[in-house]
Amino acid sequence: MTTVNEKIAIDHGLKKEEFKKICELLNRTPNLTELGIFSAMWNEHCSYKSSRKHLKNLHTKGKRVIQGPGENAGVIDVDDEDAIVFKIESHNHPSFIEPYQGAATGVGGIMRDVFTMGARPIANLNSIHFGSPQHKKTKNLLRGVVKGIGGYGNCIGVPTIGGQTSFDESYNGNILVNAMTLGLVNKKKIFYSKAAGLGKPVIYVGSKTGRDGIHGASMASAVFDDQIEEKKPTVQVGDPFTEKLLLEACLELMADDSIISIQDMGAAGLTSSSIEMASKGKLGIELNLSKVPCRENGMTPYEIMLSESQERMLIVLENGKEDNAKKIFDKWDLDFAVIGKTTNSKKIEIYFDNEKVVDIPIDFLAENAPMYDRKWKKTKLPQKIKFKKDNFKSLKISDCLKKLLANPNICEKKWIWNQYDHTVMGDTIQKPGGDAGVVRIHGTEKAVAASVDSSAVYCFAHPLTGGKQIVCESWRNIISVGAEPIAITNCLNFGNPEKDKNMGEFVECVQGISEASKYLNFPVVSGNVSFYNETKDKGIKPTPSIGGVGLLKNYKNMITMELKNEGSIILVIGKTEGHLDQSIFARNILNEKKGPPPEINLFNEKNNGTTLMKLIDKKLILSCHDVSLGGILTTISKMCIKGKKGVKLNKLKTLIGKYEYFFSEDQGRFVIEVSKTNFKDVENVLKESSVHFDELGVVLKDNFIFLSDDKISIDELAKHNKNWLMEYMVQ
Amino acid sequence: MKSSVIIFPGSNCDRDMDVALKKFGFENQMIWHNDAKIPKCDLIVLPGGFSYGDYLRCGSIAGKSKIIKSVIEFAKKGGLVLGICNGFQILTETGLLPGVLQQNKNIEFICKNVFVKINDKNNKYFKNIDKDILELHIAHNEGNYFCSKDELKMMNDNNLIAVSYCNNNGEINERSNPNGAIKNIAGIFNKEKNILGMMPHPERMIDKYLSGEDGSIFFKNLLNNLK
Repeated sequence: MTTVNEKIAIDHGLKKEEFKKICELLNRTPNLTELGIFSAMWNEHCSYKSSRKHLKNLHTKGKRVIQGPGENAGVIDVDDEDAIVFKIESHNHPSFIEPYQGAATGVGGIMRDVFTMGARPIANLNSIHFGSPQHKKTKNLLRGVVKGIGGYGNCIGVPTIGGQTSFDESYNGNILVNAMTLGLVNKKKIFYSKAAGLGKPVIYVGSKTGRDGIHGASMASAVFDDQIEEKKPTVQVGDPFTEKLLLEACLELMADDSIISIQDMGAAGLTSSSIEMASKGKLGIELNLSKVPCRENGMTPYEIMLSESQERMLIVLENGKEDNAKKIFDKWDLDFAVIGKTTNSKKIEIYFDNEKVVDIPIDFLAENAPMYDRKWKKTKLPQKIKFKKDNFKSLKISDCLKKLLANPNICEKKWIWNQYDHTVMGDTIQKPGGDAGVVRIHGTEKAVAASVDSSAVYCFAHPLTGGKQIVCESWRNIISVGAEPIAITNCLNFGNPEKDKNMGEFVECVQGISEASKYLNFPVVSGNVSFYNETKDKGIKPTPSIGGVGLLKNYKNMITMELKNEGSIILVIGKTEGHLDQSIFARNILNEKKGPPPEINLFNEKNNGTTLMKLIDKKLILSCHDVSLGGILTTISKMCIKGKKGVKLNKLKTLIGKYEYFFSEDQGRFVIEVSKTNFKDVENVLKESSVHFDELGVVLKDNFIFLSDDKISIDELAKHNKNWLMEYMVQ
Repeated sequence: MKSSVIIFPGSNCDRDMDVALKKFGFENQMIWHNDAKIPKCDLIVLPGGFSYGDYLRCGSIAGKSKIIKSVIEFAKKGGLVLGICNGFQILTETGLLPGVLQQNKNIEFICKNVFVKINDKNNKYFKNIDKDILELHIAHNEGNYFCSKDELKMMNDNNLIAVSYCNNNGEINERSNPNGAIKNIAGIFNKEKNILGMMPHPERMIDKYLSGEDGSIFFKNLLNNLK
């Protein structure tokens, strides 16, 4: 076996000082397998060494929170016996190398995180970000990622009910693929990863272990070419069929009380799953790798421990339950092997061919993992841009609107979601394309709403504001469909944390997320961090994705965005200040990319949102859409297109110019449709709560938006909105 | 009326079908693929999904599975067999129905509402149905039906093309064909019309909060015809 030295350690992605610390802790030099284990446990992905210090500041408590961060996924109480398990996770690097498999295994991994806790997945969402549409790789990456997400989720039979797709040149060399899953579980039957009890059998179930994914994220070194005959791709290959079997088998086993703890083998495979279980239970664990079902002959302990083969689980069972458990896995044609037991040694001890090959105290790998307080730089709030009348002189509202609706980041994404099965399981009551996806909790009157959001442009301009904004946006999206916002999961995609600018973006975004989620009582219950999204020294714009979840107590009260009735009144809730800086209008039509993002006023945000909830509760609202990218006129256009109706807009009664009024991206706003009969009641509620609102106009049967001095055909707007992506993909 | 839904490893519309059948009054039971026998029933349903992963041709392994012998036996005695989506693919693989389902013409998975025209009502599935056009939902990667000229002629001569993709006015044309299926075929019968295979999922259209309610019409009508 290779003798380990500093160079090999560095090839494994460890720092010089980290290797020194390992040798000190062990009081000897680790062997190659042990080094592999350390490198896997101490890398950024498993140890959160750069982020841990800051993640502690997230707001994670709430009266509906059953499980916050630290488990396979977060869990929230949704009344009665029901709880929702959910999490979002990144699979960025693999998806750039191999878009189909990268995205597919991302979906597979997050679903395992959810059903590991005993929950049946009931909805998937995703947040995917690509380079400029003109970049030569973008189209193929988009096609591959969408096929991969669909290929996996469709096969398992879990509906993909929503998501977000954006394009920005900062992702040219580093696309982002974040996958989110929601599962439904009985509150009393939640399974955790913490092991307990001595001498309990440790069981391996699922697919066989192969050589795929061994190098994981960290290393690709020539040194190992001599030992690993073939260089297998570092991207794992997904097998959704096996995952479907694994899902059914696990849920079947979970029906009784045989399982003490269960953990999926995700990143760093058998290594992290076994160590996490033991570490959480303050136990030791003994494994015999000769018993691990392998796909190939001659696999070494190093390879077995570091393989990232998919669709595998590790389970600690009660004594005597092995035979019954094996029967279930036999029924589903899955491997089942007793590969070890829990011990009181507080060490991980691994045997292979009757020889002890690993002997490391668990603490060294988990609690003693490095934690860094990295240097970070604050981002100053940029100077506000002074837009002058001259800027708008050559523009026409209708032309601007068409351009905005066809903007890659605003246009309809049907080409994408038509490839995702969004109706399987028969409970999808709000399909993709709305403010949030909604699925019923099967057999009840309840439903859950979920949405994924991010705004890299705002976060890049001012991370603190950007961080707050995404939480607010998520909150608004959940409210817009008539649900009560409950909790969020976050996927924090950033550049290189060793650079103080990138680290600063991370720290301030997290701070913003934390402030907003605390103020809105919208706690973070799960998430992950993805650093080093950087190619050739060029990092991505900071892109935290927020997955929000809310509850509808009665799904029949769900709200959708399409305009319903001729003659209704259209209102905008929330004040329009005319903030154009960083808006799509300013960036793409005025070509002005500087300035601060729209300011977040958490008081107004909360007041506007809760008042809207009140209106929805009183059944005073016909339709609703939150105002986000593209401003008020874009929002109204989408409501018209979907509802196949027109509107007549009143003459503006405001001091700000019409471009500012129609296209600014001020926060905390919603457009709502109210019937004439309910208008007075709505007005009273809004006034009582001191919520600012403007009466915008009335709904028409005619397919036009009438401005005071222009009219725009809805059919034409629809064409712009629907065609961009379709045309782009077939070009 | 009693129905049986067969679960293959990889089936994923089995529960949805169970829910739909029960909602409209069937006494339904779920049958695991490894069981050799199917209890006495009036209708067998092969549900949608990805049986055995569909890594070979879709439905081909299920077409050779243990339980399928009982399904064939049941069908040959005139029992009603309904195959939806993957179930349709399985039925063509067993030879109970002619032709094959190829990958969609646009090589993409398609999930959306479609309209289908009912071409023949002289059968247990569509008799007495008071509509000619149904709005149903499709979700498949391999729904592009193809068969030989002789088979097509045989089906035409015997009115075996059960449903065809059309637009909301019932016009059958290229624009209303979502997947490239020959002659817009969405579903077909065997000669005796006791076996129906179709790509659209009626079980996803069973209440007004879902994609639509035409699936309800289908199931209610089927139950009435069996009574």
